[in-house]
Amino acid sequence: MEHTLKINLFKKLFKIRTVEETIADKYTEWEMRCPTHLSTGQEGVAAGVCQALEDDDFVFSSHRSHAHYIAKGGDIRKMIAEIYGKSTGCSAGRGGSMHLIDKSVGFLGSTSIVGGTIPLAAGVALSVKLKNSSQVTCTFFGDAAVEEGVFYETINYAVTNKLPVLFICENNLYSVYSPLSVRQPENRNIFEMVEGIGISVDHGNGNDPWEVFEKSRNAVGKIRELQIPIFLEFSTYRWREHCGPFFDNDIGYRTETEFLHWKEKDPLQFFENMLLEQRVIDESQIQSIKAGIIDEVNEAFQFAHDSDFPDFTGIQNSVYHS
Amino acid sequence: MRKLKFSQAINEAFEIAMQINPNVICYGLGVDDPKGVFGTTLGLKEKFGKDRVFDTPASENAMTGIAIGASLNGIRPVMTHQRLDFSLLSMDQIINNAAKFHFMFGGQHTVPITIRMITGRGWGQGPTHSQNLQSIFAHIPGLKVVMPTTAYDAKGLLLSSIFDDNPVIFIEHRWLHNLESDVPEGDYRIEIGKSKKISDGFDLTIVSMSYMTVEAIHALEILKKSDIHCDLIDIRSVKPMDWTTIFHSVKKTGRLLTLDTGVGQGSVSSDIIAEVCHNCWSSLKAQPERLSLPDMPTPTSPSLTKHFYRRSEDIINIVSKMLGKDLDGYALIDRDGLPHDVPGDWFKGPF
Repeated sequence: MEHTLKINLFKKLFKIRTVEETIADKYTEWEMRCPTHLSTGQEGVAAGVCQALEDDDFVFSSHRSHAHYIAKGGDIRKMIAEIYGKSTGCSAGRGGSMHLIDKSVGFLGSTSIVGGTIPLAAGVALSVKLKNSSQVTCTFFGDAAVEEGVFYETINYAVTNKLPVLFICENNLYSVYSPLSVRQPENRNIFEMVEGIGISVDHGNGNDPWEVFEKSRNAVGKIRELQIPIFLEFSTYRWREHCGPFFDNDIGYRTETEFLHWKEKDPLQFFENMLLEQRVIDESQIQSIKAGIIDEVNEAFQFAHDSDFPDFTGIQNSVYHS
Repeated sequence: MRKLKFSQAINEAFEIAMQINPNVICYGLGVDDPKGVFGTTLGLKEKFGKDRVFDTPASENAMTGIAIGASLNGIRPVMTHQRLDFSLLSMDQIINNAAKFHFMFGGQHTVPITIRMITGRGWGQGPTHSQNLQSIFAHIPGLKVVMPTTAYDAKGLLLSSIFDDNPVIFIEHRWLHNLESDVPEGDYRIEIGKSKKISDGFDLTIVSMSYMTVEAIHALEILKKSDIHCDLIDIRSVKPMDWTTIFHSVKKTGRLLTLDTGVGQGSVSSDIIAEVCHNCWSSLKAQPERLSLPDMPTPTSPSLTKHFYRRSEDIINIVSKMLGKDLDGYALIDRDGLPHDVPGDWFKGPF
């Protein structure tokens, strides 16, 4: 059981990394013509949390959404096609990288406004409660989202009304180029501050996928059993620039040393080493898994490239549901 | 036929909607308090329980997002703001999420939410308690915006709004809440996007909305005595707009006056003039006119609001001018001592 879990978690991590790095490689072909926020380096949180969710649980995400979509099981052909602006994209070419959706696996959507999907998760949780279902709704956001008023409004409401929501804060230290030091008081931990609202909290190392999974599994269990919201904060780091395919350690807002420090804590390599040490898997099995995923990702890019663009004709009739 | 007040008609629409569909819920600040939002939500909690009718924290943005989220999973939430001005705290959720989700996700989501917003005038409601901001919402593709005038329309449009699969901004004017009209029992729907012709005439077309339609009806009674007969169109829906009826009327009369409960610049009434000029240019016999609020925040003191709001008298004067007549609305209308800042002697504030 745990063996299979670990292999599945590894697959998620490697798939996210491969998709993101392939986007980075191909971005300068300029076929992906939309703002694209890559998750490389942050795979551990997405994979660990989603591994703890059931297929029919719900997930929302923000602008940096690829990892969450893939980790929840979203169709990567439709995701890449969406970034390519094609009619076969998950949002039919109308949303782009920041607006992914795959309802078939409970990934209800990602949006670009910081904090924008936090109340949506509470709303879905309210509907779940009204329908007497046991589903959990999870929303991913970054450290800047806790600077938005809607975050406090939502946590306050979720606590007051015992809504089954899992709030996941990925603290990667930066909002675009603005470090935490200019945005939040020194020596105040996010999870401690949020605990003051009355919600149950925990925190952990986001670059240890197994720790993320175990903390999430524990939280999801409590949410289902007690019908309460829980807030988890995980520390992590984005390797590439805020938006786009490049590295930006040379432009002055962070240092190469800091980047290398976090690169040492690569969640994918960390977990791969862990599985090898624990003899969950051997080197040849790893290579075989990787080869399969690389093929799948390449095929997804080919599919996106080969797909047709959507037609503008008649699209104004798609603004309203009739 | 049975007569109901506008506020009772809203209440009845809620009751019917919640009876026929268990997914309809009603929430907002004070919906279950002793006043029941001017009577519009009275008794609903007792009938349908606290899970479906509930008070909320003062968190407009999150509560709107919660409505959107719930609607993505089959719930039909109706939110109420006792003042439209409070909804401004939720513009992010309304514009970035509610209005976009259907289109932006390739048609895979629908957002069947209704947001009631109460606007007003008079009794010193002032700069931030009476704003008529329908044009802001009308500017956003993906939203529908309705502004019923009569109790009959209020009930039928609220039912249509609740069961529409798109987000609907439902704007109620506080001065209409006590107004009675014939209201059939049971479920009936008024199509969103269809205007109502209130009166017929060949001299001029008046296109109006919400409370200004009441002022227009009074003005038309006086104008008739001078043998001036106008088409009066109550748009009922701001978005989508019933352009066909408006164009048809202007092509007949050749003259257009638009009335607005809000400020003129960037307004719905300006937009109507623009579309009419575009589509009926050759039929126009005179330049279209617009009667709206001056481009300034609403003042509070009665001495200031006296010259701020537009009334039947002003409608008579502008119609008279457009037709080259010489009527004086202020001399023709006797308000029997009723102050300008109340809708009738039933209204004693405070809000």
